[in-house]
Amino acid sequence: MAKKMQVTLTVNGETRDVLAEPRELLIHTLREQLGITGPHIGCETTHCGACTVDMNGKSVKACTVFVAQADGADITTIEGLGNPDGLHVLQEMFREHHGLQCGFCTPGMITRAHRLLIENPNPTEEEVRFGMAGNLCRCTGYQNIVKAILAAASQMNQKEAAE
Amino acid sequence: MIPSSFEYHRPSDLAAAIGLLAEHGDEARVIAGGHSLIPLMKMRMAGATHLVDLQGLGDLKRITVSADGISIGAMVTQAELIAHEGLAAAVPLLREAALQIADPQVRNLGTVGGNVANGDPGNDMPGLMQCLGATFTLEGPDGSRDVAAREFYHGAYVTARADDEILTHIRFAPPAGGYAYEKQKRKIGDYATAAAAVLLTRNGGTVASASVAMTNLSDVPVWSQAAGEALAGSDCGDEAVRSAVTAMLADIDPQQDNRGPVEFKRHVAGVMLARAISRAWSRA
Repeated sequence: MAKKMQVTLTVNGETRDVLAEPRELLIHTLREQLGITGPHIGCETTHCGACTVDMNGKSVKACTVFVAQADGADITTIEGLGNPDGLHVLQEMFREHHGLQCGFCTPGMITRAHRLLIENPNPTEEEVRFGMAGNLCRCTGYQNIVKAILAAASQMNQKEAAE
Repeated sequence: MIPSSFEYHRPSDLAAAIGLLAEHGDEARVIAGGHSLIPLMKMRMAGATHLVDLQGLGDLKRITVSADGISIGAMVTQAELIAHEGLAAAVPLLREAALQIADPQVRNLGTVGGNVANGDPGNDMPGLMQCLGATFTLEGPDGSRDVAAREFYHGAYVTARADDEILTHIRFAPPAGGYAYEKQKRKIGDYATAAAAVLLTRNGGTVASASVAMTNLSDVPVWSQAAGEALAGSDCGDEAVRSAVTAMLADIDPQQDNRGPVEFKRHVAGVMLARAISRAWSRA
């Protein structure tokens, strides 16, 4: 049994120290040690993207990162993007355009879409589909997810132009 | 999906990393982006009691592009490779291929070095590096040595790299002429059912030279010298393409699996190669 190691993560702006075995997966640390249950465990095999978080400014699948690798990392989850009193534009647009049905994939979808729109603030529909290819939804058929992301991009760009 | 226990190391330079491998022998493994290794460890098909993480080795993150040669550090991720404009201008083949690997999240962590060093027949970079005639630099306790990509792969997950060596850099001359990477896969994120990398140069209406490599059609990547020779000196017409495909089919050895029976894979291999040749020729 390997010794536990101290790992420091900055999660949604807050510094958190945890003791964990190096083999612990980042998604398990977030959910079970830190109580951050927005990122979901879908397939746990790097396919579905439900566990997507932002790590050091990049979208990653938290089921395929050992917590030891994430030591020192800056992590943003869906909890860091918005809350029921102040939804993120993407969250509003997912509601508006019915971009979810059961909602299981939604935290990963929105966390990924958030980074996608930072990387490419004015994407075409094709670029949205390509950029979201690591996130699976078994309900929607993706049409409304793509619509929601394009609508959010448009709103964010208008807001920026007005400022 | 919990891997067996290991001790974690994050050395800050190459000498320390090699020292850890020397100290722990075959109980140690290097981890780059982890996107081949972690899935295997989760299924307990791979294990290590010491994991040596290379993320602290900044030198291995570098891409250099010059007329003399191109060098890609082993820790460059697929996303970084795609984003590098100088590399894309000098070797558009690599960007075209890397965009067909996995998905955005995986490309953010998966590295070029891991992709070539792992020896997984499904990985795309080994065939591409054979097509480019690349050389891999291996660093170990006794110093550095270079191995040609075309001589590196001995079997599935079996390569010329020794347990105490780290693959640090990939080097090759900038290719001239036309290029294409054609990959058939069942879905985003899947390995190829069959994929073909082609580079060719033109001299008027004639193919001056050609390099052909195939992915996931044997337990190693297949650089088909005979397919390249079938194209060289030809007009790249239907007959020449048919000869190249016939020559390639003699070099591959696909196995039946969940991507299909052998006959289907051979059929798809032929289609991929014919498309790649045609597109490379149109760009030459």
